[in-house]
Amino acid sequence: MSWFWANLDRIGELMLVHLALSVPAIVLSFVLSVPLGWIAHRYRWSRSVLLSICALLYAIPSLALFIALPAITGFGLRSPVNLVIALTLYGIAVIARTAADAFDSVERDVRQSATAMGFSASGRFWSVELPLAGPVLLSGLRVVIVSTVSLATVGAVIGVQGLGSLFTDGFQRGIQAEIVTGIVATIVLALVLDWIAVMIGRLVMPWSRPRIARKRPNPGESASRAEAA
Amino acid sequence: MIEFRGVTKRFPDGTVAVEGVDIVIPPHTTTVLVGSSGSGKTTLLRMINRMVDPTAGQVLIDGVDVATREPVALRRSIGYVMQDSGLLPHRTVIDNVATVPLLRGTRRREAYARALELLETVGLDRSLGDRYPSQLSGGQRQRVGVARGLAVDPNILLMDEPFGAVDPIVRSELQQELLRLQGELGKTVVFVTHDVDEAFLLGDQVVIMQQGGRISQAASPAEILARPADSFVAEFVGVDRGKRALHVTEVDGRRIVVDAAGRPAGVLAS
Repeated sequence: MSWFWANLDRIGELMLVHLALSVPAIVLSFVLSVPLGWIAHRYRWSRSVLLSICALLYAIPSLALFIALPAITGFGLRSPVNLVIALTLYGIAVIARTAADAFDSVERDVRQSATAMGFSASGRFWSVELPLAGPVLLSGLRVVIVSTVSLATVGAVIGVQGLGSLFTDGFQRGIQAEIVTGIVATIVLALVLDWIAVMIGRLVMPWSRPRIARKRPNPGESASRAEAA
Repeated sequence: MIEFRGVTKRFPDGTVAVEGVDIVIPPHTTTVLVGSSGSGKTTLLRMINRMVDPTAGQVLIDGVDVATREPVALRRSIGYVMQDSGLLPHRTVIDNVATVPLLRGTRRREAYARALELLETVGLDRSLGDRYPSQLSGGQRQRVGVARGLAVDPNILLMDEPFGAVDPIVRSELQQELLRLQGELGKTVVFVTHDVDEAFLLGDQVVIMQQGGRISQAASPAEILARPADSFVAEFVGVDRGKRALHVTEVDGRRIVVDAAGRPAGVLAS
């Protein structure tokens, strides 16, 4: 425990660095996978192609990708940009299928009713399909949050600072408390981000909370229906 | 007035949903398209607001071919009510009703005020306005669906099996409600159902459709009962089985009308 208190500043600093690496990757993979998921949902032929590519992406060993990326992007080997790109790619791999499923989950009746009311194609996407895909997209986002925060620790191996540095440093210097701190800090960070995502979800999708849905006494018709029954 | 002229719809896979349909739907009346599933009645309905475009023939509204109208604007000018209401589950009742006025650029305050009025018009409490559709009963949702269909005060109201998903008691309530509304508003209603009794109850004109999207007969309910066009119509409306046959018997000096099974249907007014 004494190591923990003595290095509080450094732990805090690494947490912020870790956030700065994972949050952009999480946001990017979410924003990019939404159109991918929509395309896979909308055009049947593209579905298997897109989703296979995404699955393959995930099969690339992370270390190999970290080493190969600088050659492709032109950023230096230790540039955090490469790590963010790699994490984004993995994030997309994780969430793309869920994004396609999310758009599939929007009921056909609701879609047709939106068309019948006179939504334009883009209006229907922004006002109907995207919000209704929201709950499933959120569940995908939560997986991406946890996996990205944890995967970002690998950056330490290629020299990008982050909470992973606590593992590498702890191993090299034989400080067990440092390793444990690294693990706990990573988990805490993932849980906090996950919690934030859930809260944002509740805020922007108040209709999706199961507690308020169904079964509440209705004035008006319920009375007459009860009599009928 | 809505007019179908030689309308055919063939889907890319070769199935013919509608073939050679000619119908005139007079304004301010209710026309019911009735037929079993696969008779093309919903396809026909959706041609009016261009959710389906015919492969041949024309659909005209007040003499203008709908093919010349921009689909989105056309749809915003026509009310549409569908089975199981088709309400947007992520929007409150009031937002659902106000959707089309807002799409057409009505100011928010005005659209909401009108939406609240409409809830009362369809027999719902204003307090339901801030509920989500999932918090309503099936019958209430369907009323909201009707309110939404009426939101822009359209001349034409399309109803695609709107009462198909509610229990019989609520359905009968909703049917009476629609008759009352139609008496007040006098819209041109095109109503799709597979239920002959519903068609006869609501329709000024009933269009009986058979498999392959052909029209067997288009006439008033009374005419159809009196002179079914062919054996299909007779069978479909139940004339052939004596289902519609009523007899008069005298009980204690009053004339009682009895149906085919011998159950009293009512008293004959003199």
